[in-house]
Amino acid sequence: MSEEAPKRSSLAIWLPLALFGAFFVLVIWGLYRPADRDVVSAFVGKPLPQFNLPAATADRPGLSTAQMTTGKPRLLNVFASWCVPCAVEAPQLEALRQQGVEIDGVAIRDRPEDLNRFLANYGNPFARIGKDDLSEVQVGIGSSGVPETFVIDGKGVIRHQHIGEIRPEDVPLILQKLKEAQS
Amino acid sequence: MMRQPIQQRFRHSRPPRHSREGGNPARNRWTWIPAFAGMTKCVWLAIAILFAAPLAAQDQMPPAPLAYKQLDDPALEAKAQGLMETLRCLKCQSQSIADSDAPMAGDMRHQVRTRIAAGEEPEAIRSWLVERYGDYVSYAPQNKPIMWPLFAAPLVFLLMAVLLLRGRFRRVKAKEDSV
Repeated sequence: MSEEAPKRSSLAIWLPLALFGAFFVLVIWGLYRPADRDVVSAFVGKPLPQFNLPAATADRPGLSTAQMTTGKPRLLNVFASWCVPCAVEAPQLEALRQQGVEIDGVAIRDRPEDLNRFLANYGNPFARIGKDDLSEVQVGIGSSGVPETFVIDGKGVIRHQHIGEIRPEDVPLILQKLKEAQS
Repeated sequence: MMRQPIQQRFRHSRPPRHSREGGNPARNRWTWIPAFAGMTKCVWLAIAILFAAPLAAQDQMPPAPLAYKQLDDPALEAKAQGLMETLRCLKCQSQSIADSDAPMAGDMRHQVRTRIAAGEEPEAIRSWLVERYGDYVSYAPQNKPIMWPLFAAPLVFLLMAVLLLRGRFRRVKAKEDSV
């Protein structure tokens, strides 16, 4: 016993330091890991909730769930005139529209005069624009900010979520997701 | 308006270090002032731009009807408040929707109060939101398998401490007995 005891404790004496070292590494790793603040919608793969939004501008109709289940995949763009990145993605939306993609918009907490100015400045690629003054549709599909773009298949099921502005390099992925949504 | 006192404050303070480099220090003391005034102008411009950008990114709409208005029934309002304090604001992610002044948090408060007033149970609203945003939206701990190490850890540490102390006491006793 008297011979065995010191041997065991000499190994055990390093255990607290090892635990502290492991904890330290964990903290440093957590501190320097790039923070990901995107909230991914858990609603991808589920059908759109029922909604019926009034028109946000005079020259485009409003948006309802029934209008989004046309048998053809389409994009649902959650945007606002007060959102700066939404202006950044406007050329990409226009390019998608020119390739035959149908895009519906949901304008979040927007005044008609601001929205009209925004569409006049940056283009209007939308087939319909729904007015969502209480962020109801936004919360209903698990979107946590503007802009976000959802790929909706012909049955009205959400197939893909793009968080943030669509940059030119994001367009191929969105086209691919639209193609996948066709099947 | 606000520029005046700050400039006065700087005027009576020591000249900045860079004016000591070369030349007549007495002359430098006077030449730094216009240069510094130019600098404060830049600083003010920078501050103005800094605050202008977030303001431009806010919408102009009035808040949702029930964003800042409590329900008339205190019992229902207490129910809503309890739920809102445990729901994450998705814009300002370390605050609850009860704490946040983000427009989206206001819209979520409106939605929570409307649903509570319509007779929905808080936990039903919570699971409705979790269905859309995942567990991240809720601050309330969930009863899920991933949580059990957290609950088990204190018990494991307590058990380890008991075993360790038992070993110590036994060793001491064995020593005493052998003496």
